Amino acid sequence: MIDFGYSLTSSSRISLDNINQKKLKKITAVEPDFLKCMACGSCAASCSAGNFTKVNLRMVILLLNRGMEKEAIALIEGCMLCGKCTLVCPRGINTRNLIINILKIYKEV
Amino acid sequence: MKERLIFGYDPFVLPFTFGMVFIILYLLTGTVRIILALDNDERKLLLKSFMPATLFKTFKDIIADCLIHVQIFKKNILLGYMHFSIAFGWFMLILVGHIEVMIYTPQRNGVLYYPVFFRYFVMETHETLRGSFFFFLMDLSLLLVLTGIGLAIYKRFHSRILGMRRTTKLRLGDKIALYSLWAIFPLRLLAESFTANISGGSFLTISINHLLNAFVTNPDHILPVWWGYSWALGLFLFALPFSRYMHIPTEILLIVLRNAGIKSSVSRDGYAESEIYSCSRCGICIDACPMTSKKRNIKFSSVYFIRLLRRRSTESLATADKCLMCNKCVDACPVGIDSTRLKLLKRQEMHVRSRTDYEYLQSIENKIDATDSVLYYAGCMTHLTPAIYKSLFKILKSANIKYTFLDIDGSICCGRPLFMSGDKESAKELINKNRELIRSSGCKTLILSCPICYKFFKEEYKLDGIDIVHHSVYINNLLTSGNIKLHKGIGSFVFHDPCELGRGSGIYNEPRELLSAIGIVKEASQEKNLSICCGGSLGSLTLSFSEREQIAKSSLNSLLTNNPDKLITACPLCLKSFSTYNTIPTRDIAQIVSENLI
Repeated sequence: MIDFGYSLTSSSRISLDNINQKKLKKITAVEPDFLKCMACGSCAASCSAGNFTKVNLRMVILLLNRGMEKEAIALIEGCMLCGKCTLVCPRGINTRNLIINILKIYKEV
Repeated sequence: MKERLIFGYDPFVLPFTFGMVFIILYLLTGTVRIILALDNDERKLLLKSFMPATLFKTFKDIIADCLIHVQIFKKNILLGYMHFSIAFGWFMLILVGHIEVMIYTPQRNGVLYYPVFFRYFVMETHETLRGSFFFFLMDLSLLLVLTGIGLAIYKRFHSRILGMRRTTKLRLGDKIALYSLWAIFPLRLLAESFTANISGGSFLTISINHLLNAFVTNPDHILPVWWGYSWALGLFLFALPFSRYMHIPTEILLIVLRNAGIKSSVSRDGYAESEIYSCSRCGICIDACPMTSKKRNIKFSSVYFIRLLRRRSTESLATADKCLMCNKCVDACPVGIDSTRLKLLKRQEMHVRSRTDYEYLQSIENKIDATDSVLYYAGCMTHLTPAIYKSLFKILKSANIKYTFLDIDGSICCGRPLFMSGDKESAKELINKNRELIRSSGCKTLILSCPICYKFFKEEYKLDGIDIVHHSVYINNLLTSGNIKLHKGIGSFVFHDPCELGRGSGIYNEPRELLSAIGIVKEASQEKNLSICCGGSLGSLTLSFSEREQIAKSSLNSLLTNNPDKLITACPLCLKSFSTYNTIPTRDIAQIVSENLI
């Protein structure tokens, strides 16, 4: 191919077929408030780990709902579980329980 | 006094004797199992504890806790008396019973049932002063036990009178043991009264004997009552291992192990097993637990957690996860069971492998230098409430103290939330990085605003040579040394003891001393070691928002009983949890001090 000095980005199309419904159901079973998230980003803004790395719970929830598990895990495994996001969440989501269970269900070790 | 029956035997002794043999074998096996489950270091500790000094303390503790029940007396005098009268009275009956056998029928020494049914087997030949003394002692002890049993029966229906709002629900084993326990002593009284004209007796048994003689002239009635007494004892002894009354013998082992310095290292076996079986399921922890206000979540209180552990049920994890870890139940427990530790161990056991990745920590540079100043670590929570550290810095400036802000660009969590979630390994990584940062700064003093961090730094960080202080204590020291001066007003305050600062670290007085220099300190209905968690605790993993709200409100209720002007606390998390629901202003102790600096 001719190099034009620029390229096209890979497709960012969302495929809902990639969603692992089983795992998603497991998450909502242990933390039903998972569905309450309105992606305001308070969690990401207050995140202690977010100061140093890309930890971002808002994005994780969004990515899981789009079936992008690997990308989601990369954004959550640096979490220090300090609990600031629980305190700032306007929807009252128990984010710590959510994070623990996301890691348990989605991250293979 | 001489034997009435030639062989000193009657078939009615069998239920008791079988029960006794069963329970002795059961206890022996249990003790061996617990000791086998200890590791080598723990066994060495146990051996060491048989030195005279520790042995004396153990002996003293057993008398105080198992016989006199000092801890329960402290909670409620009636409740204490109930336990004391049954335990001490019963002990006296056993002891004096043995002495009687030794003196009057030495040939029956060592016969298991003889001291228990002594009065059936003997007849009084002539009255002596010594005999009357023992009879009197026996009747007195029996009366003591009977008053206790009376109270116990009353407590079943009106537990509030004995200082308990809620008691535990009984299971079948408990019920059998309970009802047979209730039956033992009235039956004993009746049985001994029936034979009192043959064997002799004292004020209680002789009098009832006279009464009985007036109504029941047939001596054939004697034996059925003795049978009933023996059956009640037998049933109780057989039901014992399957009931909550197992704590009666097990607590002795628990005290021996505890005084040896052993702590539980797994949630079910070894020392933990002695703790689990020592739980009397009295239910004092139900009332203590902040989660149980408004009758919610009673099933998550420590007593039921321990029962689930005892049955090795997998449901115990859910209960462990729910707990706030505020330690109020541990503080209230009359047996001294560290149930929070058991819950933590349970979480650690179930958290099979760590799933976190903290590689990014390595790229954080150790560039903070605090060789000639005090070091301040805000921690995650204080970064959410920056007013606390701003106020603290104002105080430090007015006292001319140089400080360095360790985590000015955002903090690495102290690791306690992770640790409490059961992930010990991941917490270690955070500890190591923080320790490296603090060590490389060269500081001598480290000030912390968050009690959660404070407790963890003190217990797990091993920062020898560095003075770790909570800001409330530090500011109080500044005040007493005259480095800051405060304006005393007429405002009134109530101080909320954060769990990790009060029960967790034993700091109760310094914040109050500090506050009394600014205004009037009012009392809360439950404070100091009884303080109710603010509901924000990071100890709980699964508590929902609405449940936390409930806890915060009930805690506020207790705090605001004396109508203070302001609610003062010394924890950023409590500050955050309370300010949402509080009707009066909520302030951190640093804020209120900085507002009143002269």
